[in-house]
Amino acid sequence: MEKWENNKAWFLVLPVFIIVAFSSIIPLMTVVNYSIQDIWGPGQRVFVGAEWFKEMMASKRLHDALWRQFLFSGLVLLIEMPLGILLALAMPKRGWGVSASLVTISLPLLIPWNTIGTIWIIFTRPDIGLFGAAVNNFVEFDHTARSLDAWITLMLMEVWHWTPLVALLAYAGLRAIPEAYYQAAKIDGASAWSTFWYIQLPKMRGVLTIAFLLRFMDSFLIYAEPFVLTGGGPGNSTTFLSIYLVKIALLQFDLGPGGAFSLIYFVIVLLFCYMFYQALQRVGKGEKV
Amino acid sequence: MKVKKKTIGLAIYFGLLLVPIYWMLNMSLRTNADILGYFALYPKDITFANYIKIFTDASWYSGYINSIIYVSINTVISLVVALPAAYAFSRYRFLGDKHMFFWLLTNRMAPAAVFALPFFQLYSSVGLMDTHIAVALAHCLFNVPLAVWILEGFMSGVPREIDETAFIDGYSLPRFFITIFIPLIRAGVGVTAFFCFMFSWVELLIARTLTVTNAKPIAAIMTRTISATGLDYGLLAAAGMLTIVPGMLVIWFARNHMAKGFALGRV
Repeated sequence: MEKWENNKAWFLVLPVFIIVAFSSIIPLMTVVNYSIQDIWGPGQRVFVGAEWFKEMMASKRLHDALWRQFLFSGLVLLIEMPLGILLALAMPKRGWGVSASLVTISLPLLIPWNTIGTIWIIFTRPDIGLFGAAVNNFVEFDHTARSLDAWITLMLMEVWHWTPLVALLAYAGLRAIPEAYYQAAKIDGASAWSTFWYIQLPKMRGVLTIAFLLRFMDSFLIYAEPFVLTGGGPGNSTTFLSIYLVKIALLQFDLGPGGAFSLIYFVIVLLFCYMFYQALQRVGKGEKV
Repeated sequence: MKVKKKTIGLAIYFGLLLVPIYWMLNMSLRTNADILGYFALYPKDITFANYIKIFTDASWYSGYINSIIYVSINTVISLVVALPAAYAFSRYRFLGDKHMFFWLLTNRMAPAAVFALPFFQLYSSVGLMDTHIAVALAHCLFNVPLAVWILEGFMSGVPREIDETAFIDGYSLPRFFITIFIPLIRAGVGVTAFFCFMFSWVELLIARTLTVTNAKPIAAIMTRTISATGLDYGLLAAAGMLTIVPGMLVIWFARNHMAKGFALGRV
């Protein structure tokens, strides 16, 4: 479908441009402004160039937070993508079960993020939580005291919270496959596994790309849930990038380092999303041939 | 046999999914002394004291009202500006359209933590601090790009012959858009509103940064309770349960549209 060539269409986009620019370009310029100056009071500032960037790039705590973040996002994708696809395959295709499972599965997605944290505090406390108490019968478990336990709790919470998104998207992809494909597979005597591998998986590629990108972005930007559940602790063991950034910028009010950190963070997110997107596109093309 | 195994697996997953929510419901129906006193799988004497406290204490229930106000403003703004823009992206080729679209999407990827401090300064300097409109405008950062993205998908599904016929019949663009086009994609508008509502409702960091007292969202009021000494679990659980209610209502009303929207392959 050929589109109409018309530069007047800009007038239709203008409101969006103005409103997003107000919320995006002005703040981003402010961040750039902070990152190249040392500010210690109103009107008292000095230009420092790339000094803050050098400092943040060399910061041990930033490196730690970054690796922690990669580990977290990697684990999240590794668990949630296959689990989400499995769930989508298991969900009913017709009848009353469709609405019922759609409603049930989307429930965690509509709970405010800090309520998610609250739910899991109450659920995993060793004294009053069902999970905490149950596990404590076998091994000692306390997410406020031991970092491994904090990680396990966070992963459980994250998987509980966001696997439904992958499942919903995968389900949407499965529903879009025409019935004729399955009939053809049946005639050829294809096994369930080869039907999945040669028909369902390639056909879900588009939605799975969206799911993968959304999950990567959101897990990389995670803030509210670990903030409520662990507050970044015990120690620094669950201090992810956003939590660390908020500590620097909003609690210590270190504008310069905070600004530099922000820009580095933003660039990393953009870079990875772009790389993943390109890589997934290429894999997709390879499969077609 | 195989079908059965699938269903059992799904049922187990749904069970695990509901257990934490059930646990919060259980806590919300007990007093704090009761919770800390002994461990119980279900509340022995059900009390609604926690809910009554929230509904009668202005510092609690005003949080819900504030949240609903700014979420509604945000959903309306997002839809109003995104509808014409999505139409432009789906129908016209213009200078820099692809770059514009990508730039919009990068805002969806922007870490909220990066923007929290500049937003604070920006809205202070224009005198919008601690107002509902400030939070609503700030949430546009991620909701408007998302709305454009989803709406563009739905609009591209409408054949262009409809536009052409209407223009030949003498419709002006605004009149055609409002009287013919929007009714055609109302499912898409519904899905978009659903997602805008959801993402604005669940966001915490920006909403907390931009409000002090007048527009403080329920999410921020809950975190304040957490940092206080002597945590009241019963009250916290009741407040949490109430934050789930709007989401449940939205899902319940949207359940049929959701299946339809998913069939179109756009989320």
